[in-house]
This record gives sequence, C-alpha cells and structure tokens, in this order.
Amino acid sequence: MYDVDAVRRDFPIFDTGVVYLDSANTSQRPRQVLDAMEEYHTKFNANIHRSAYRISELATERYEGTRAKAKRFINAASTREIVFTRGTTEGINLVAYGWGRRNIGPGDLIVLTILEHHSNIVPWQILAAEKGARVEWVDIDESGRLRQDQFRALLDQSPKLVAFGQVSNAMGTINPVKEMTAAARAAGAVVLVDGAQGAPHAGIDVQDVGCDFYAFSSHKMLGPTGAGILYGRREILEGMDPFLSGGDMIKKVSREGTTYAEIPTRFEAGTMPIAQLIGLGAAFDYLDAVGMDSVRGHEREITEYAMEALGDLPGLTVYGPPASERAGVVAFDVAGIHPHDLATILDRHQVAIRAGQHCAQPLMDRLGVTATARASFYLYTKREEVDVLIEGIADAQRIFA
Amino acid sequence: MSIQKEPVDEQFYREYILDHYKNPRNFGRLEGATLSHEEDNPLCGDVIGIDLLVKDGIIADVRFHGRGCAISQASASLLTERLHGITLAEARKISKEDVFEDLGIDISPARVKCALLSLKVLKVGAWGLGDWSTEEDE
Repeated sequence: MYDVDAVRRDFPIFDTGVVYLDSANTSQRPRQVLDAMEEYHTKFNANIHRSAYRISELATERYEGTRAKAKRFINAASTREIVFTRGTTEGINLVAYGWGRRNIGPGDLIVLTILEHHSNIVPWQILAAEKGARVEWVDIDESGRLRQDQFRALLDQSPKLVAFGQVSNAMGTINPVKEMTAAARAAGAVVLVDGAQGAPHAGIDVQDVGCDFYAFSSHKMLGPTGAGILYGRREILEGMDPFLSGGDMIKKVSREGTTYAEIPTRFEAGTMPIAQLIGLGAAFDYLDAVGMDSVRGHEREITEYAMEALGDLPGLTVYGPPASERAGVVAFDVAGIHPHDLATILDRHQVAIRAGQHCAQPLMDRLGVTATARASFYLYTKREEVDVLIEGIADAQRIFA
Repeated sequence: MSIQKEPVDEQFYREYILDHYKNPRNFGRLEGATLSHEEDNPLCGDVIGIDLLVKDGIIADVRFHGRGCAISQASASLLTERLHGITLAEARKISKEDVFEDLGIDISPARVKCALLSLKVLKVGAWGLGDWSTEEDE
C-alpha cells in the first residue's frame, strides 16, 4: 500500500501549508536531496577531477556516483553515455549544436510535434534557419493524442531528425515513445526524446526504447535546479563536436590548437554544478527506493480522481486524453474566468497552479486558446489537495458569476 | 513568497473591477482613429488594442479591444475613462502609479504586466516609446 503521508514527511516545504499542484513546472525536494547537498558543502566542498587531495577525491567520487545512478535509472549501456548538463534545455541545445551543425544541411527535414515545449522547438528552428533545413509538425487528434498516421507520412519523407517529448508538459499526454522511435529509426532518422516530463513521472529504458538522445532535468524529479542529464548513444556522441568549450573538456591545448577529451567529458566544459548533481544523485536514490511503478500508480490514481472531480464542475473544459494515457497533468479552462484570475484566486486558497501558455505556444494556437490553467501532481500529492483545488475553483466561479 | 492567510477574494476582485471586466467601458473599434496600436503579453496571450481620435490636441474619443484576464481588461477600461476629453499632453503624463491607483487593489509582481498592458499600448503606440517596459529597472 502506497503511503503518501510517509512520503510527504520527507518534504519540509509541506510544513508551510502550501497546496502545491505545479510539479510539472518544478518539483519539490525531499530532505534527503537537501542533506546530500548540505553534506557536500559542509564536509567535502572542493572542485572535482583536478586535485590530488582527499576532499576533492571525495567530491569527485560522489559526483561521478550520480553518473552511475543516472545510467541505472534510464538503463543506459555505459556511464560514457551520460552527459551532465544544466538542464533539459542545455541538453537539447547541445545536440542541436554538437550534432545538428555537422549533420543537418540544406533541404533536410526535421520533424517535431505540436505538443513540444519551446525548449524542443526553438533550438531546431534556429538550426533549420541557419542550415536551410525545414521543420514539419505532427498534429494531435481531438483527444490530444499525436496523429500517428501523419507521423508515418512524414517519416516517408526521410527526415534527418525526429524530436518529440515522451510526455506533454501542457496536456500530460504520454506518447508511444517506443513505437515512434522504432519507426523513425527505421526511416533513417536520428531520434531525440525530450524526457523533461517523462523521466520524473514515467521513467524510461533508453536501450529498450532505442532513442539516440534523451534529455531531462533534475529539478522536475526531486533534484535541485541547474542540473540535468543528456543521454546519447555512444557511437553518436563520439562523432559529435563540443558545445561549450573551455576547461576540463580538452585533451591537450597548445598555441597551435586543441584536441578534445573523450566522451562525456568533451561536453562538460567549465566547473559543473557539482552540488546540484550530487543532489540529483540523492533524487535518483529516492525515486529508486519508492519505485517508479509506485510513483506512476499513485499519480494515475490522483489524476483519475482529479479529472472526475473537475468533470463534475459546471463550465469546465479539460484538455487532453483520458487519465490512463496521461501523466499527472490536467490542463483545463473554466468558462468566463481567465486562467490568471483563477490562479490568483486559488493562490488565496494557498493552492499553487500554473496559468498561461506552458511554454507551448504552438499547442495553445492549435487548441484555439490563449492560455490554460494546469494542475500537476507527483508522488506527494494527496486527494485532499485536489479537494481544496475544487473548492477554490467553485469559489472563483462564485466571484465571477 | 509568503503564504497569504486571509480567505479573501472579494477584497482582491472588488466589485468595480469585476464590473469593468464584465461591462467594459469604451469597448470596440473606432472608425477613422487618429492613433491605433495593439500590444500583447507573450506570457499569457493577453491582447489589448487602443484606438484614439484626436482633434486639436484633445482626445475626442477612445475605444479599446482585446481579450485577457480581469486585471488587464479592467485596467484598460479604467484607462479609457481617464483618456476621454483630456489633451495628449495630459495623457502623456499618465504613469504606472496612476493605473495602479485606478485599480485600487494590491497587484502582485506576477500580475503587474496584466495591469500595465493597456498603458504599454499607449506608451508604445501613441508616444512611440518602443523601449517602454512594464518592468522596473533594477
């Protein structure tokens, strides 16, 4: 039996009384993650990889430990395939720069989907503009699922790159990532999966899925901000150019030129967010201990409960697929109340939701809305919190009646 | 961010704010406008446009159009009431503080852009201040 109260006791922020329904934006952090960073700062704060003294070696060991944990969490074949980044956005930009600039040329096709977050759109638009490549979009059907027929038709045009999210941040749709990846690779495309929402809520086995790249962020999965992981298949990473350049990513620097380090160090220039990556290691441990199946099961139960309760309110439009096909994200509209006004009133009930475009303007255009309200859940969300949300919405309806 | 304790709302969404939202004054387009400009808030998709009819340096008529939250729409409606019949020189002097005063409620940092969108339309459109920002310089 999943004990949500026991989980919540690990999260100091809930002592404030906040009803936090914005975990798709950023998650909360358990004591274990905060302690891991505190321990680094107070017991062995030192730079990594560079110094032959005890606390630096200890810091390096803990830092590299996160790489091993990340490898296990997503089931990569080797720790060399785990590149530390500062978040999903940097991971995708790294691929657009280090792989894209060498491999995308005039007339090449890049396939995206209308569900993408801006971080999986803008780097490709910049690359396409620079190289004279073109971008095509996979649409959704009326229930918020990607149109697989259209996706297959685009694959017939032999795209060089296909990039899509595992889970939509704006609607929660869980995409059939394995089938889409297999089809895209069979068509000869390189596949990048944006795992910013997928890694925290659904988990992934990158070898089973078979994608070339998988990018995700620490702060959406119980870790601190400023850290993330880019997985890349070894053969493809080895052929890539560096993204950021400077210290640590080199093999040899002379006045005549520079040779680059092996992967993954080649992509990790400068002093990395050491404390944050150590914190992320503790987040992997935490999620492992709870179990991703339990996380997923709890989220599904809360999401079903929330969608049912929201569906009972008058004037509510809920976007996206049924609860069984989505992560813990529910986007909705309340007739006659702008999402920002709703969020302001809910804030007075201590309820935190997101209101706006969710960094997904093409999707908002597609839905024909200017903004939506979005409640999102995680392993610590309680049914009672959904009840407070419902009361708050009813209150907003009373005020705006 | 501190947690607000009061149960609230009527205090925040005061009756006249809701009234301006539901029954906006001077709403629509103006045929033969002398000045016409539109701005949006890319964060939330709110849009406001203002049409002015200026005769002999005096704002003879004004309309606004657009869509958005209660704060942005009510502040636009209130602003048009201020603009009616005043000179362009007077209109130029309308400040952020004036808009907040008209709204008469405590605007949280996250909603400042909603409250000032209509003033931005005026500043950028009518006065050509393309770099005018709703954000304070630090």
